[in-house]
Amino acid sequence: MHALVQAVILGVLTGGVYALMASGQTLIFGIMKVVNLAQAAFVILSAYLTFSLFTLTGLDPFLSILITTPVLFVIGVATQWTLLRPLRPDEASQLSLLVTFAVALGLEGALALLYNTTFRSIQPGYENFSWTVSGYQVNAVRFYACLLSLGMLGLLYLVLRHTKLGWAIRATVQNPMSAQLLGVNARLVAAYGFGLGAATAAAAGAVFGMISPFNPGSHYDLISRLLTIVVLGGLGSIGGSIIAALAMGIVGSIVAALVAPIWSDFSFFVVLLLVLLLRPRGLFGARVRGAL
Amino acid sequence: MRGAGLLTAAVFFGALTLLPFAVGAQWLLNMLIFTLMYASLASAWNLVGGYAGYPSLGHAAFFGVGAYAIAILFEDSVGDGYLPFFLLPLIGVGAAVVSVPIGWIAMRTRADVFAIVTITLLFITQTLAFNLRDVTGGAQGKSVGVAPFPVDTYGRPFYYAMLALLGLAMSASFYVRHSKIGLSLLAVRADEDKAHGVGVRVTAVKLIAFAASAGITAMVGGVWAYYVGFIYPQFAVDPLLTIGMVLMTFLGGRATLWGPVVGAFILVPAQQSFAYQLGASQVYLLAYAAIFLIIMLFLPRGILPTITDRLYRQGKHGEGSRAKAAGSSDEVTRDALRIAER
Repeated sequence: MHALVQAVILGVLTGGVYALMASGQTLIFGIMKVVNLAQAAFVILSAYLTFSLFTLTGLDPFLSILITTPVLFVIGVATQWTLLRPLRPDEASQLSLLVTFAVALGLEGALALLYNTTFRSIQPGYENFSWTVSGYQVNAVRFYACLLSLGMLGLLYLVLRHTKLGWAIRATVQNPMSAQLLGVNARLVAAYGFGLGAATAAAAGAVFGMISPFNPGSHYDLISRLLTIVVLGGLGSIGGSIIAALAMGIVGSIVAALVAPIWSDFSFFVVLLLVLLLRPRGLFGARVRGAL
Repeated sequence: MRGAGLLTAAVFFGALTLLPFAVGAQWLLNMLIFTLMYASLASAWNLVGGYAGYPSLGHAAFFGVGAYAIAILFEDSVGDGYLPFFLLPLIGVGAAVVSVPIGWIAMRTRADVFAIVTITLLFITQTLAFNLRDVTGGAQGKSVGVAPFPVDTYGRPFYYAMLALLGLAMSASFYVRHSKIGLSLLAVRADEDKAHGVGVRVTAVKLIAFAASAGITAMVGGVWAYYVGFIYPQFAVDPLLTIGMVLMTFLGGRATLWGPVVGAFILVPAQQSFAYQLGASQVYLLAYAAIFLIIMLFLPRGILPTITDRLYRQGKHGEGSRAKAAGSSDEVTRDALRIAER
């Protein structure tokens, strides 16, 4: 029982981190109907940026998010503008999948060239610190990460609800054609939306770099988990992806604790297949004709 | 038109059959084997990704299944060396049967989600290959018995096995293109809901294409494992392999008979010379990503459809001869309409 509760605690904390990554992913899908296979590579990229900032200047990983977030936003906008915008609309959905995969490969190659392929981790000194709450271990970094992720999600919510960009984005999600007729600049919204999604990778990368070792190839593991989460939650639903991320975190860490850590990823995929068997559109996904 | 096509195929396969006798260098034969391998893989992928418009990113899983089947069956001894080749059809049928329930689940979803589900399938298979140590040897890998072929011509049986598989894949592709199944698949790609509405047996044709594609992919994987002699989970179930198939099909032209082959014959030699000249895998990855992006941005429809379209347009201005624009969107629509009229 103790092990089980401990696993659930760990699962919730891990799930919080994934929720942050997955919210960016699902936001991008919601706006542009693009599955961004480079999202995990963006996370690894920002983990490396944080790593460099920390080793070179000693900047605390949590503070470096203030620097990496705008950087990732710009990279996201640039990626959308140069590589995704020129695709022909009737083929954009399929081709963008491949284009973002190529971006992921390119980032992997570039990072491997700069940092080689040894595993790194960001160690600010408190990465193994944990509190003991009535016999259960609560890892400090994961806890702060979870708080941070809640904070970022809150910020995202505010941006989407209360700024002009947010209105434009939500209008585009609901009905692209009407949004354009009402004067929303669809191209800019797409670029900024992609940038916003990529920007969520900045915080996620800093945290990911502290809780697990990474190398340029780590994005494969990460993207498979992220995709499972967003499909499970229902593509395009931020709330759904948060719930799915927590569920996956809990399932994964229970399996790791009670069965064996090597099977924890596997359990993700099995859950996904079972859900798709019963509900092809995911838990909270809307029916989008042609997309699902 | 069909006669000309048959003649092209006969010349192509005739030349390839004689080629090993003209090629002495081991490295060249090695490269040809890999070219044929990718041509078969891309042609098999094309059945699902091209004709049906379901971009599977998980085909490397079936490749791995075939590879491990050969490695497990022929761990110690391969007899006279030809037995593994004769067992390949069984492996193909086995993989096709296994793929049916998987395809049934995966194909309940469309385009993007389908791609995600299939890439998940790839990671499931890779995890299994790593974790089921008793069966697969885990990260330590698994060796296959060495074939007792003469050293000078060691590669030839593998070459012909790959050539036969390419023939099989292209025949399947040709059959699909010229049968009711093929028309149904194209209708599915054009508009699945409408196709379903007018009575196309959507699920059945999708599953047939998926199973055929998976079976061929597994057989290719089997020959590959036997040829390389030692397999590891990360190379037997490799995302880059999937991407190779997709890229070659896109480069040559989706939903065309020759497109995947053209793509493979351009990209594999390029790939190998990159790997040879650039060495370090990082630069290689960068170059690969760059080529990928260039193809997607500048040749999104692929080489063959672009050329045939241009010929068709010139023909219209000239003496009015109608060059057949293989796989062009007009043709797809026409086929879909033909289905609808039945």
